[in-house]
Amino acid sequence: MSDVVNVVFAGLGGQGVIKASDILADAAFRAGRDVKKAEVHGMSQRGGSVTSDVRFGREVLSPMVPRGEAHYLVVLSPSEVAVTRPLLGKAGVLIPPDLVDEAALPNRKSLNVALLGALARHLDLPDEHWLAAIRAALPERLHEVNERAFRLGREAAGRAG
Amino acid sequence: MERRLLSGDEAVAAAAMDGGVHLGTGYPGTPSTEILEAFSALGGRAQWAPNEKVALEVGLGAAFAGARAVVTMKHVGLNVAADPLFTAAYTGVSGALVVVAADDPGMASSQNEQDSRRYAIAAGLPMLEPADSQEAYELALAALELSQRWQLPVLLRMTTRVCHSKSIVTRQSAVAPAPVPRFARDVASRVMIPAYARPAHRRLRKKLESLEAWGETAPLAIWREGSKALGVIANGVTARHVREAAPEASLLELKLVHPLPLEKIRAFAASVERCVVIEEGDPVIADAVRAAGIPVEGKAPSFRFGELDVPRVRRILARDLSPEPEAPKGKPPQLCEACPYHPVYSTLKKLGCIVAGDIGCYTLGVLPPYEGMDTCVAMGASLGVGLGLRHVLPEEDARKVVSIIGDSTFVHTGLNGLVEMVYNPPPTGHVLVVLDNGTTAMTGQQEHPGTGRTLDHEPTAKLSIEGLARALGVANVDVVDPIADPAGFERLLAGRLSRPQLSVIVARRPCILAAADIRKYEKAAAAAGCAACPEVENV
Repeated sequence: MSDVVNVVFAGLGGQGVIKASDILADAAFRAGRDVKKAEVHGMSQRGGSVTSDVRFGREVLSPMVPRGEAHYLVVLSPSEVAVTRPLLGKAGVLIPPDLVDEAALPNRKSLNVALLGALARHLDLPDEHWLAAIRAALPERLHEVNERAFRLGREAAGRAG
Repeated sequence: MERRLLSGDEAVAAAAMDGGVHLGTGYPGTPSTEILEAFSALGGRAQWAPNEKVALEVGLGAAFAGARAVVTMKHVGLNVAADPLFTAAYTGVSGALVVVAADDPGMASSQNEQDSRRYAIAAGLPMLEPADSQEAYELALAALELSQRWQLPVLLRMTTRVCHSKSIVTRQSAVAPAPVPRFARDVASRVMIPAYARPAHRRLRKKLESLEAWGETAPLAIWREGSKALGVIANGVTARHVREAAPEASLLELKLVHPLPLEKIRAFAASVERCVVIEEGDPVIADAVRAAGIPVEGKAPSFRFGELDVPRVRRILARDLSPEPEAPKGKPPQLCEACPYHPVYSTLKKLGCIVAGDIGCYTLGVLPPYEGMDTCVAMGASLGVGLGLRHVLPEEDARKVVSIIGDSTFVHTGLNGLVEMVYNPPPTGHVLVVLDNGTTAMTGQQEHPGTGRTLDHEPTAKLSIEGLARALGVANVDVVDPIADPAGFERLLAGRLSRPQLSVIVARRPCILAAADIRKYEKAAAAAGCAACPEVENV
């Protein structure tokens, strides 16, 4: 399990937490990794807290990221940063919502994809798989906007890093 | 062979396709809902039933005719279906019947965390339990085969983490074509009068005995050799947590969780110095294994609550009973900002009502600012509970009692409560408010018999809630739009509460999340010249 990468996404219902985790899981799958993704939804559309776990590597066993062992914590809502912080490991990387300037986004709804761009900087997954996963997850009319958001997020992470 | 990233629910749907299932039916319930939706999307014949009991009966009828049927529900739905389930174990099936029960340890979106394995034992039915999506696919196929071979309904137990986790699934390329359904009369097997039921019970126990013997050698208990010092027996997704938490341990992963392969378990326990049973929920395996005289260690009672994960498994193995870290306290879900139920709750609060509530989005009205619900027990329970309150409370308080229920829940089991309301009316009368938002909102906007559309959103006959109430003889039946006329709703409710009569108020306004889709479906139906569509009727 030592090569397994643990990513937790957190935010509020309606922000695209699940969509972001779907895109990462798909990108890792396309890159040939074993992948497991676990989420709890149901009441999630009603604006409450939502988290989704993605794990990928050579072989993934449990679908849940053990508490305090996340390598990356991607948070879409400022209100969720403090509450989900304990999920992150000691040397883990927090990717907070204010890493990306929302005003610069072509569409505010693409914050989830912009933060994926920031995450992509840290992960060893080829761009072609990221882009294919984004296109597969979204309707065609949103492809360009989200690809721009993805690049924007990656550049922002570069500046922050 | 196709390799894809699928959720456990999608994997079961794929198995239903590849296993030649003729009919899938069920009632939406988190985390089981997506199975039938995915089955339908793949081209399977899937439909929503008004409730789980009806779904199971329809599935059983199909299986009597030699067809393969899958019936889906969440754990609490299995309670509703329990009545026919127990007798279906006696009648058996001619084709195949797989009942999928999705448990929700930790109650991500449920009112209790019951363990469906108890039902397998109580009804005397085989139960399989997958650990991830690949196993959900394989075990759903195996369940169809087992059902056909032993002529018994088979339970497939899922849990939230299996239903809603995605992992890689390889589908089999070719599966034998499904037989054409054909009815063969067999009265003694299918009519459970006592004279026929007594031998049927014996037949069931014989089938279970033979199944149990088969289970001892079937590839449904995976023995992973490891350390002699520590052995773990686990089932479902828990087995995966164990492999990660204690990779050195010997592990017996149980896929057939009823009947248990006790001889294999005995041999496994004897092969290690310390043998621990780690299971989510109730100590079902630990108790059965101990009752068979096999010495094993169970988990501490504190681990009976909630889900297990890798850190909790580590604690169980270390016999660590120190306080566990609290889960992050997130923001609870709430009624959508523009939800049509807001004026209903503010009115109930203003009038000081005692509210017998029910299961659905509107259960969220229990939270601040309204705190507008006094009871919530089970699907359809708001009517019976409200009536009970009315029967015994002093008159002044009885007059404040209101039952509220959503449209989908009303069709599910509220209808029976309405019959009771008419049959045994309290002296003060009673007021039922049906919150009709035109969809099953809580589970993700599924259709139901009151929407006039099938699972695939195609037009079908539409049940009229107000028409039913009038036909049953309710004295006052009104339909209002609580958003368009909140003051009118308040006047109406206050007026009805003051009458010692029975009243049904249908508060109708589409769910804001579903409204655009509903308009789209209605437009498509009108364009197709559908007779069931009001626009066409008016022409």
